Amino acid sequence: MSKELSFEVAIKRLEEIVKELENGDIEIEKALTIFEEGMRLAKLCAQKLAHVERRIEILKKGEKDEDVLELFQGLDEE
Amino acid sequence: MIDNTPNIPYPNPMLIEKVAEQRTIYSVSEITRNIKSLLQGEYPAVWVRGEVSNFKKAASGHIYFTLKDEKAVIRAVLFRGHQQGMKFALEDGMNVIVHGGVDVFEKRGEYQIIIDFLEPEGIGALQLAFEQLKEKLSKEGLFDDAHKKPIPSFPDTVGVITSPTGAALRDIMNVMGRRYRGVHIIIYPVLVQGEGAAEEIAAAILNANVRGETDVLIVGRGGGSIEDLWPFNEEKVARAIFESEIPVISAVGHEIDFTISDFVADLRAPTPSAAAELVVKNREELLRWSRDLFLRLKNSIRRILDQKKQRASYHTADVLFRMMQTILHEKTFTLDDVTKTMLNSIETIGNGKKARFERIVGQLDALSPLKTLARGYALVRKLPEDVPLVSIAQVNIGDETKTRLRDGELFSTVQRKEKTDTQGE
Repeated sequence: MSKELSFEVAIKRLEEIVKELENGDIEIEKALTIFEEGMRLAKLCAQKLAHVERRIEILKKGEKDEDVLELFQGLDEE
Repeated sequence: MIDNTPNIPYPNPMLIEKVAEQRTIYSVSEITRNIKSLLQGEYPAVWVRGEVSNFKKAASGHIYFTLKDEKAVIRAVLFRGHQQGMKFALEDGMNVIVHGGVDVFEKRGEYQIIIDFLEPEGIGALQLAFEQLKEKLSKEGLFDDAHKKPIPSFPDTVGVITSPTGAALRDIMNVMGRRYRGVHIIIYPVLVQGEGAAEEIAAAILNANVRGETDVLIVGRGGGSIEDLWPFNEEKVARAIFESEIPVISAVGHEIDFTISDFVADLRAPTPSAAAELVVKNREELLRWSRDLFLRLKNSIRRILDQKKQRASYHTADVLFRMMQTILHEKTFTLDDVTKTMLNSIETIGNGKKARFERIVGQLDALSPLKTLARGYALVRKLPEDVPLVSIAQVNIGDETKTRLRDGELFSTVQRKEKTDTQGE
């Protein structure tokens, strides 16, 4: 279920950008461009870190013995 | 005595004749059958200790070998039907204790012990099986570090392969519920002990890979006896873990329990709770990492602009730089979406760091050169070389330039040059 960029990929790219900027040997326009990308990535990371919804599902067998994901009802009595 | 009558040939024909009148003559089959029933009657079920030699496994699946000690040997047979449930592999040189009945193989006139149970001596059968499989898989390279996949720092979705009613799942959910709210968990329910458990676990690992909806798999169960944990010592589970494209964390039993799964897995967690904590702990590190990158992003762009200033009196770069300086030193900032979301997440690691982080994000946002462009400042480059212009000395009348504005670029020709009095080199 690949949605958008995963956090993993985003933060690694952000790190590359930071390293490139820190290297310093870069034209101003390129710097601006990747800085802008860095901002976008940072925003994405921030959103993912802020995401607090929790979902627990369990894989069950459907009527035709097919796999179905159902919301997990919890452990017995809890 | 016979010794004193050398003239009489031996055996004494008279004696033989006498005895012959009352003798019983057995056929070979008959005597063999008698011996057989004698031995069977005397030793229907005995325990024998010895060392295995001349081990042979026939095409039929039956195992033939010789049990020996320093002074004697006895043939032994282990029929295929009695090998079921024997987890380890028998081999020459192994000291064993066997149980069975003594029997005679009439066609060859050989007696042998028909084994119905066999165990290694000095070491438990399961322990031996464990050591044998461990050695085998180790030789094949299944435990090599080269095959270990990195565990994702921030899995969006965690797969848990365990019993839906077991202690392991409860522990994992407790930890994640307490410390890791933003995760999506998918449970792949399986038997974790007894008949068929290994097959289910292996199939679930494969299925999770086919479905491809998780970033990492936790495979495990709570504590139990070595028999209970046994499925995690089965070769099919080990191979399924090895084949998994999704990184696998093994979490079987307690800290002291080591299983084959632990050796093959990309990461071994001492307990199911610890497996959950490994993932959660990474997330906290991640917040620090993000913050650090924000800081560095800010500092690096500032340094770049600083460098440009060192060698230029050029209007745009200079002003741009001073703008940055001003903005960075300002205590005021606005909270945009980025800041808000970052602040929400940062709350989870403590309010003490909040203020500092708030400041950094605020600065960072204000720092963006794109915002500066939006305020009416421009970046000019000389064509066709496409180099940034930092001085009017770089261009001549008639040269073409490219000017970057917030929403696009302008292409112009230099009409006139005028030197200003702003600070220079």
